[in-house]
Amino acid sequence: MAFLTLTNIQKSFGPVQVVHNFNMGIDRGEFVSFLGPSGCGKTTILRMIAGFETPSGGSIVINGKNQGTLKPNQRNIGMVFQAYALFPNMNVHDNVAFGLKVAGASKTDIDMRVKQMLGLIKLEHLADRFPYQLSGGQQQRVALARAIAVKPQVLLLDEPLSALDAKIRISLREEIRQIQQQLGITTVFVTHDQEEALSISDRIVVMNAGRADQIGTPFEIYNTPATRFVASFVGTLNIIEGKVADPATGAVTIGDQRISLKEPIAGVKGGDSISLALRPEAGSIAEGAPGDTALPGEVVSTSFLGSVIRTKLRVGGDIISFDMFNNPGMTPPVAGEHVTLRFAAKDLLVIRE
Amino acid sequence: MKAQRLGAWIAIAVGASYFIIPLLGTLEFSLRMRRGAYSFDAYQSVFSDIQFRETFGYSIIMALLTIVFGMLLVVPTAYWVRLRLPQVRPVVEFVTLLPLVIPAIVIVFGYLRLYNSSSILPLTGSTSGTNALLMFSYMTLSLPYMYRAVDTAMRAIDVRTLTEAAESLGAKWPTILFRCIFPNVMSGVLSGAFITFAIVMGEFTMAALLNRPAFGPYLQLVGANKAYEPSALAVIAFAITWLSMGLIQLVSRFQQSASPKA
Repeated sequence: MAFLTLTNIQKSFGPVQVVHNFNMGIDRGEFVSFLGPSGCGKTTILRMIAGFETPSGGSIVINGKNQGTLKPNQRNIGMVFQAYALFPNMNVHDNVAFGLKVAGASKTDIDMRVKQMLGLIKLEHLADRFPYQLSGGQQQRVALARAIAVKPQVLLLDEPLSALDAKIRISLREEIRQIQQQLGITTVFVTHDQEEALSISDRIVVMNAGRADQIGTPFEIYNTPATRFVASFVGTLNIIEGKVADPATGAVTIGDQRISLKEPIAGVKGGDSISLALRPEAGSIAEGAPGDTALPGEVVSTSFLGSVIRTKLRVGGDIISFDMFNNPGMTPPVAGEHVTLRFAAKDLLVIRE
Repeated sequence: MKAQRLGAWIAIAVGASYFIIPLLGTLEFSLRMRRGAYSFDAYQSVFSDIQFRETFGYSIIMALLTIVFGMLLVVPTAYWVRLRLPQVRPVVEFVTLLPLVIPAIVIVFGYLRLYNSSSILPLTGSTSGTNALLMFSYMTLSLPYMYRAVDTAMRAIDVRTLTEAAESLGAKWPTILFRCIFPNVMSGVLSGAFITFAIVMGEFTMAALLNRPAFGPYLQLVGANKAYEPSALAVIAFAITWLSMGLIQLVSRFQQSASPKA
């Protein structure tokens, strides 16, 4: 049985339902990210786990105990906020010690635990500083130390990196993951940044309009998106519109070219419209005529991005982009040039709505 | 441009002299008690008057009690409105502004009707009851300033997130209020406290009609019966007000210097 179980969770604010029948089990020590655009319900679910919002329906069970009637201060859940939420009147030591003092720990235990936590986030030397004397990254590390000092059963991270600059964001997310693995703490992380979610999660929940569109490992989410929304939200994905020629053989017509997915397409019939997805890195410009796994295209533009050259192609009625690694020996395609885009049949994904 | 600047300076000078000249006149007059020489005789006379010490002490105690009870009323109210009941903010703001538009004499007559010795709650029937009533009336008078000072200080901190952070760490309401919120709105609390102090020290109507030995009625009594001492008392009263204002400035600056980095 999962350590944290969310069953049929619903939440409405007045007439607006923001979370619809959400179900999920999170294992002990697992790092799960809720990924989605603003207003998709990810933070609402996090706040319901913390007890700051009451579900309109469903149950939240942590370690076999229903959290329904428990107040936020009775749940033993650590939370890190986007705005740090350090107490401005307390120095770093006192901020980290706050939860321990509330729990009635002895002074010796508090000092020992605070020292341990500050060692974990490598800020022992700033114990006497006040929050306003720290940078954003340092404040968020203190907030993390404060949240885990009380040994919470679940750690909730509500977009903790959003207010930081790009460089700090990358280093801190790695630090968060390292600490989480070191302590083996069950963690729920909310973000709208796909790179963040992909890089540190055991599993990702892609949220769309109050529902989980897909739950899976970062590898699954990126490589086999279950819906058009997941495909478009996670990474860059080219959508190519076509018509089913023969569902049994996986034949599809794109413009005037017939290609093959090399496997039957379920749930469609000949002549139906179909959306196919292709990652930018999955295609290449190659010699030869179009065929089962090659489409004719016209170069619209080429951008040099250093290690990568991004080319936009008109294929059928769509403009798609694909990336190729820079090679000093190659000649980049030029606008107006007619080329052949080659791909592997397995990289072409059928997208469901 | 130059003429405009000159005009501005003249306006400032006229405005300042409107306030400063009477004050200087009062100060100068308070020093002329001894014939033919400047002296502090009027001040000596005031400070040696037992009634001065009694009324001054009484008003200080009343001011301190008003500040303590006022804060216990205002801080949780402002906190609750900000956190849980933002929709009632206009109502609360309207209520806190009422003492500015209702004259003190109307309020005190209302009190006398409601709390006289033959009413259900006969506060005026005893000295301690009347003292309590006077303190509550001072709280009412200082409410507009106190509420705004605290509410402004709360606006500067993220009350909701701090509360949630403390709750997630296991804290209950009293801990959150007194250890996480109250210390962070201390500049507002102190500003409100100093304004309250200045109001209470000079207040006449409530204290006189409730017949309590406060500093305001003493000022009036001395003014009606002596020559130089009222001027000395006026200077002392101004000094108290200015000291309070200076302290408000000081705590505001302290708060600004401790504001978070951008």
